[in-house]
Amino acid sequence: MRASETIAMTTGSPDSTRTATELRGVPPRGERLIEMALAGAGLLTVFTTVGILMVLAVESFEFLKQVGITALIFDTQWTPLFADKHFGLWPLLAGTALTSLIAIAVALPLGLLSAIFMSELASERARKILKPALEMLAGVPTIVYGYFALVVVTPLLQRVIPDLGGFNALSAGLVMGIMIMPLIASLTEDALYSVPRSLREAAYALGASKVPTILRVVVPAAMGGISASVILAVSRAVGETMIVAIAAGQEPHLTLDPRVPIETMTAYIVQVSLGDTPAGTLEYRTIFVVGTALFLLTFGMNVLSYRLSRRFRGAT
Amino acid sequence: MSGAQLSSPTTATTRRRGLYSERAFYALALLSIILPLAMLAIMLLGVLKNGGARLSWDFITSYPSRKADHAGILPGLVGSLYLMGLTALIALPLGVGAAIYLEEYGKQSRMSRLIEVNIANLAGVPSIVYGLLGLGLFVRILHFGRSLLAGASTLALLVLPMVVLVSREALRTVPRGLREAAFALGATQWQTIRQVVLPIAYPGILTGAILALSRAIGETAPLVVIGALTYITFVPDGVDAPFTALPIQIFNWVSRPQKAFIVDAAAGIVVLVLTMLILNGVAIYLRNRLQKRAS
Repeated sequence: MRASETIAMTTGSPDSTRTATELRGVPPRGERLIEMALAGAGLLTVFTTVGILMVLAVESFEFLKQVGITALIFDTQWTPLFADKHFGLWPLLAGTALTSLIAIAVALPLGLLSAIFMSELASERARKILKPALEMLAGVPTIVYGYFALVVVTPLLQRVIPDLGGFNALSAGLVMGIMIMPLIASLTEDALYSVPRSLREAAYALGASKVPTILRVVVPAAMGGISASVILAVSRAVGETMIVAIAAGQEPHLTLDPRVPIETMTAYIVQVSLGDTPAGTLEYRTIFVVGTALFLLTFGMNVLSYRLSRRFRGAT
Repeated sequence: MSGAQLSSPTTATTRRRGLYSERAFYALALLSIILPLAMLAIMLLGVLKNGGARLSWDFITSYPSRKADHAGILPGLVGSLYLMGLTALIALPLGVGAAIYLEEYGKQSRMSRLIEVNIANLAGVPSIVYGLLGLGLFVRILHFGRSLLAGASTLALLVLPMVVLVSREALRTVPRGLREAAFALGATQWQTIRQVVLPIAYPGILTGAILALSRAIGETAPLVVIGALTYITFVPDGVDAPFTALPIQIFNWVSRPQKAFIVDAAAGIVVLVLTMLILNGVAIYLRNRLQKRAS
């Protein structure tokens, strides 16, 4: 049915010869059916959310029935795949926090400055080239970044830091920073752009030159949007998988040392998925528990970011 | 871009000092945009240098092998193309349908508000969580197994928010007056949508959809979670067949300690990036052509 519709839609000619009366003659019931089908397609996205919540909740609940929540919170070791099982989430959380922090430390200055460059300093022509180029950076598959971190960045860093492990949080975090930098750049640019022109003119009228105006007037005025972009970038870094799975290692250590192998939440899910773990086992359920933690973390940050950007938009 | 544009009204004494720091700031800002782009160039050129020599017709038409210099990418390439086609078949009707509903029908209704907020939220869910959904729902509950269909369904849900977004943007570019003209001629809402709105929005929807799909083809994590195989020596023969995909194959090679497999991974990345570039090129070409025809 869809195929025939598409053909009619693109050729279009048979219908254009019909009179208005003929067109009006279509029964309204068909119209309502179509509307319902379209609404159904929209509702399916809601079911996706419901599906995610259900799948995560069911398996996590089974896990908690067997292990209990105290182990997750009070144990400091994560060894579900060993004979001596420990289920403390902290090592995975620490690994995720470490790589994300390094990534933001790279992405925030780069993203902020390049947003300022594009919005305030660059000529229209330079902007037209640089903006799509940055978008390209965000479009590269993450597996390519993972390869780059492992094969290029780590050996390079090992020349400077001799005791850097073959897998480490540092190079994974650095490369991830480059990956999420365009996100901060693009959202910050929007925020800077929406700062009213009159604020800049007022600063100029008071004798301020361009850079002080940007740093003391425009950036503070856009702070809501900038923080929203940073939080969204952190959320992206926390959920990023392939770079850390390839370059950061698979050893859950409770450490903030960027030189040693660690394991993030996402990398753990990949590690278990690659193995042959039968459904229904405790090991299988751990990935849903970790997934739940990941979902809650990123969801919280996304909501916070959304609120910030809305409040900011309301203010100006 | 020169000093004349940078300097703002200041007194003669402060201008000199101000100009220096303004120049320094300009240079710093420019550097912070050039640096990541230079890294991108180094990354892609490095991959090409490392894997380019390995690239050959044999590499594209061979199956994976335990010997690195005999390994090829055929099942991954075919798997990725099948996945993309199947993902398009699932995600496009749903995504475009949802977009039509939100833009043309339920503008202010509570349900469309719910759908809108929900799509905004879904766009922020990490892709690996979609993998868990696919594993729990498609592989286990619906018994698709670790098949092409399970992979495509998972990727379809993943790209759905983006398809809805780009389709809505395309629909929004259609002038309101055209719809009203169609209504004035007695057309019903669906007739207006099908014969007036969609033909005009079509190039935009198509371009956006291809871009969304080219994003999907690079996704690795959700496919790993639903259990795409890393070593298969056949080409999938149906939607219920087990499969592998380009990024999965690359991931497998890059995880091996032997240097020769790293070279295979680099060659695989060249194939993957080329496939994405071709897709993007097709999207741009189609947009230009269709837009010319429309105007």
